[in-house]
Order: sequence, then structure tokens, then C-alpha cells
Amino acid sequence: MTGNLQEVSRPHADLGVDPRLRKDQRSESLSAPARRRLAGFGRTLRNNGFRIGLAETRDALTILTSPAAIQPALIRPALRALFCATHSDWDRFNEIFDAFWLGRNMRQRQVLSGTASAPHSPARRLVEAHVPQEALGLPDHAERRSDSNAEMPADGRGRREGASRTESLTATDLRHIVDPDDIAATHALASRLARIMRVRLVRREQIRRRGRRLDLRHTIHRNISHGGTLLDLAWRRRKIKPLRLVVLLDASGSMNLYTAFFVRFLHGVVDAFREAEAFVFHTRLAHVSPSLRDRDVTRAVEKLSLMAQGIGGGTRIGESLATFNRWHARRVINSRTAVMIVSDGYDTGEPSKLGEEMRRLRRRCKRIIWLNPLIGWRDYSPQARGMQAALPYVDLFAPAHNLASLAALEPYLVRIL
Amino acid sequence: MTLKREEIADKLAAVGYVADHDIATALWLMGLLKRPLLLEGEAGVGKTEVGKALAAVHGTELIRLQCYEGLDQNAALYEWNYQRQLLAIKARESIGENADTIEEHIFSEKFLLERPLLAAIRRDRPPVLLIDEVDRADEEFEAFLLELLSDFQVSIPELGTIKATAIPCVVLTSNGTRELSDALRRRCLYHYIDFPDVDREAKIILTRVPGIDATLASQIARMVAAVRKEDLRKVPGVAETLDWAATLFGLEMHDLRQESEALYETMICLLKTQEDRARVTRELSERLLGKVA
Repeated sequence: MTGNLQEVSRPHADLGVDPRLRKDQRSESLSAPARRRLAGFGRTLRNNGFRIGLAETRDALTILTSPAAIQPALIRPALRALFCATHSDWDRFNEIFDAFWLGRNMRQRQVLSGTASAPHSPARRLVEAHVPQEALGLPDHAERRSDSNAEMPADGRGRREGASRTESLTATDLRHIVDPDDIAATHALASRLARIMRVRLVRREQIRRRGRRLDLRHTIHRNISHGGTLLDLAWRRRKIKPLRLVVLLDASGSMNLYTAFFVRFLHGVVDAFREAEAFVFHTRLAHVSPSLRDRDVTRAVEKLSLMAQGIGGGTRIGESLATFNRWHARRVINSRTAVMIVSDGYDTGEPSKLGEEMRRLRRRCKRIIWLNPLIGWRDYSPQARGMQAALPYVDLFAPAHNLASLAALEPYLVRIL
Repeated sequence: MTLKREEIADKLAAVGYVADHDIATALWLMGLLKRPLLLEGEAGVGKTEVGKALAAVHGTELIRLQCYEGLDQNAALYEWNYQRQLLAIKARESIGENADTIEEHIFSEKFLLERPLLAAIRRDRPPVLLIDEVDRADEEFEAFLLELLSDFQVSIPELGTIKATAIPCVVLTSNGTRELSDALRRRCLYHYIDFPDVDREAKIILTRVPGIDATLASQIARMVAAVRKEDLRKVPGVAETLDWAATLFGLEMHDLRQESEALYETMICLLKTQEDRARVTRELSERLLGKVA
């Protein structure tokens, strides 16, 4: 470490330097190669998803040319403080630093610079800080933890039973999904619905929160012309905050035929709500909002459908919720969040686990809505044990086997939210 | 205001803040680059303490702004003293002053109530401005803050622009209840505070609970580290550790193994929810104790 970094700060007085730096006692500047190298480091960081601008690079030069930079041990923490902006940056910095300056972990370095994170639109996004990198993408921790829990109960009420029932019923109510034109129409409908829902929800807030307080500042200002007699009063009302919606979509085998439809609905929701997040789960949980934000609707839906193609295995709702509660909930859920779970409730994990996780989730968010495609089925009653365990924590338990049933949902949503 | 890194490290130690190595560097950079410092970390790792310690290091005033949802300019920046203004209007009216003079009078500095942000830029000596839990404030406030942090001037429509007499040292803390904007993050230096390792925590206990036994302190630190590894809803922070250490010290314990009963009972200092309390059973606490003591 020492060798490389001292080389970086070796004086080369002939080069143009930031005028501020001349004031330094040592009045050193960086050699051109060293500066190029620093710029290269900045680029590497940028490729790894760090947000670094010119100002940061300039400040890095200030650090490297400051008298204190004689101590090489100081440079790493200093650059770390400067270049990092989030916890995940913070965790990855040392590795990248070593790879770049010390040539350590060369293989890893190539991997690192290859994982450029796509630029997101910040306004729409709940940024993924505080979630360790590995929890953001597909892999999550549900599997590792499931080791301790017994594999799955061999009791008859498994997923398979549900799946076969589902198959026979979906053939009728969602067959229009097959035709490409209909797919487009469905999507349009879903996103329109999501938009209407949003507007309704927001307006609802507005009417209810009519905190009418007197605004003294404006009142006095307005009444100066009356010589201070308060004739014309100014009022304040609470600002309306849009609701945040988090959707958890079950993409397991038993939900197979509904998944395609709900993926479209999901896209519509994420598109229409200013703050919405979407997750897909079967045996594991995946955060899919970034893929859903793809402007190209078809591509986004295709991408997601691929992800959502369950690995035929069971549904671990409990495990997936645990992953959600542990890694994502803190970031995506606040007190104004409604969580919408779309699942048939056929859980191959422990029902008690599901109940426990539902209880945790309930405590965090404003409302839990559970949409169950099976309710549309005439003689359905929520018999699945998982469903039984989850029901006490659900604010609204409603059918969702076609668009009409979703549309019918709206008044209920308005009432409970 | 610009101190050397070593000076900062020494002074931090002198004011009783047991710093991890890198935080001194970050504080030094604040002076060098004139950037605010954003601190993140779990609740209870001592983020707020950094601000206090920094004020002590520089020997300046600490001005603290606690953020909350709905925090607006009136509460953060300035407010007019309306009651006095109303009185003044009435009083001056009765002696027959004209409206313009009254207006000029009631919108003078005399009627201005300083709130933390305004106070921070109007001091003679640069203070430390601690903006606590900035993630609790809303996006609009964050944008406003960003503007203030880059210009260090405030415009009050009735008075005009107030420029900073001294640029404060700004420390922001965040708990991650809401994601901060990229712009604010970029503007700031960043430091993530982790739970202290066992040695550092023992040192913190020794500094903050004077008179405590060094062995007990290190036992406590190891025990707390073990408890943190359990799957808890609310992981105990440094403050909890200190409470617990003080309790055990008050009970005149010298060795954790001495009274496992009292140990288990006093663990309410660490475990703050019923659930966690239920999870850390007597048996578990004894097992942990066996491992660490």
C-alpha cells in the first residue's frame, strides 16, 4: 500500500494545479500520471455505482496534496469518507480500493467493474441503501435460513392440491391473456386502474386530513393594510402525502396462470404510483421494481415474467415475508404504506412462521391487503393453513381473479386506507 | 477551525469520545474540504454523540436541529414573534403612527425568532450544527437544507438576505427511515458507524462508567456483542450497554459469572421489547455467558 500511494503523491511541480493548492506549505501537486490514475479510480468507482462528480474528484486532489497526505494510512479512510454516499458504497469501497491501487483480488476487480448498476430515476425510486448488496437482486437469505426449519411439511394440504384446482379454474377466467392484443389491452386496463386507485386514495387523504390551523404568518401579512386588525384570516391545512404501495406477488406454481396477469398489473401500479415497490416471491423473494421501471412495457413485463417463472417448487410465503421484513421492510415501508399481497395462500412452509411474519409486517405498515385469486371461485373458503394463519392480520381479504374483481376492489381500498 | 487529524483524534479522546479510527479522519476532512458530514448507522451506535464530541473538540457551541415529519421552515429557520407584533401594532396605532412605519417596525430583527438553522449561521464563532435524523423530515425540507448548506445564506422576504457570519460545521445523522436524495448525499462526506467492536466498547464503558472494573467492562462488552448476534427486533445500542454497565456497577458486581440471576434480571436494560425478552431466555443468557465470560 505504502509504495503505490506515495508514488501517487510524489511531487511534480511543473504541472498546473488547482490554484487553491498553491497555498499549501508543501506546495506540491500531483504528477500527470498520478492524476490520471486518480481519475481512473473515480471512473472505476462510478462503474461500480458510486455517484461521483467533478467536485469529488477535485476534493480528492485536495486531500492527496494536503500536507497530511504524507501518511499513506490516512488516504484510504479519507477517500472513503469523500467518495461514499451510502452504506452499500461504504461496504464495497475497501475492496475496490484494494483492487485498484494495490492490484489485489484482480479477478474480483474485473467482476466489480462489470457490475455497473443501471442509472435509475431518483424521483421514483426508494433507493436501496441499508440493504446489503446481495439482498437487492435475486439472491436472498431465505434459503440459508431455511436450513434450520424442516424442509417442508409432508402433510397432504400441500401446494400441489391447490395448483391442480387452480388450473381447472383459470382456464376459463383468464384465457384472454393468451392473445397479444389482449395482453396489451389488459395492461392498459391495469395501469389505468392503478392510476384511478392512486387518485382516489390521495383524494381520500385530503378530505380526511383537514387540519385547519390558523397561519399567523400569512394572516398578519395580509392584514397589515387593515392596520393590524385581523379581518382576513389565512388557514393552513395539512399537506397531503401520497400513499405508498408495496406489492408482493406470489409467482409460485399454484399461481402460475395468474402470474402473467398480475405482472402486468404490477407494472401498471409501479408506473402510476409515485412511490411503489414490487416484489415477487415463490421459494425466494426478489425485488423487481427496477425491472418494472423499464420504459418499454413489453420488455419489462417479459423480463419480469422470466423472473417470476417459479421454480416449480413450493411457495414459502413465510420465508419470503421474513426476507422482506428483514432486508426490505425498513426501507420501503413507512407509516403511510399499504402492503398488497397477491397469493393463493398455499404455503409449503410452516404456517406459524407465516403468522409470525405477518404479525411483524402488520406492525410496520398502515394496511395489509391480501388478494386471493381463489376467492373468485364459488365454493372457496380460506382453508389452506397458511391462509388461516395470515388472516388475522389482514385488513382486506378480497378476490382478484380478473380485472373486474380488481376494479370492484377500489371502493374497499378507499374505505380502509 | 482547521485542526490536524491527530489533534482531532487526541481531543476526541480527551473529551471522552472513544472514536473508531476513521471518524477522526472524516472530521478532519470536514475542516479541509468544508463539507458537511453525513453519519449513518443503526440506532444507538452514537451518531448524535459525534456531533456533541465535535463541538467539544472545537470548543464551540452545539446547535441541534431535531428533524421530524412535517418540519418546516418556520420551525427550522426563523419565525416572527406574532404575539409581540400584534401588540406592537396596537400600541403604535394608538399613538397614531402611520401604517408604513408600523410595518417597518414590526418586521425588524427585534421581532425575529431565531430557529436552529438561522442561529447556526449568525454566530461569531462557527458552531457545530447537528441536524439529527434528517431522514425524518420530508423531501421538500431536504431540498431547502441543500440550498442552505451550499450557500450559507438565508433570505427572509421581510428583512432581506442574511449571510452567514461564520460557516458552521454541519453534521447530519440518518437512521434510514426514508432514503435521502442523491444530491444531499453527494454534498456530504459519509461515514457509517457500526456497532463498536468488543475492545472499543469496553473502552467506552470504562470512560463512561468511571470506577468500573476493567474485567467487568470487557465481560459486559463481550456479552453485549453476543446478544447482538441473536436475532432481535431491537438490537441494543451503546447507550443500552452503558445503562447495563451502570446497573451492574451499581449492584457492585465484579464478575458476570458471580450472579447469573441478577445478570438475567438486569438484562431488561438491553432488551427493550417483550419479544426480545422472550427470545433471550434464562438458558440462552447462561449459554451466552458461558461463551463470553
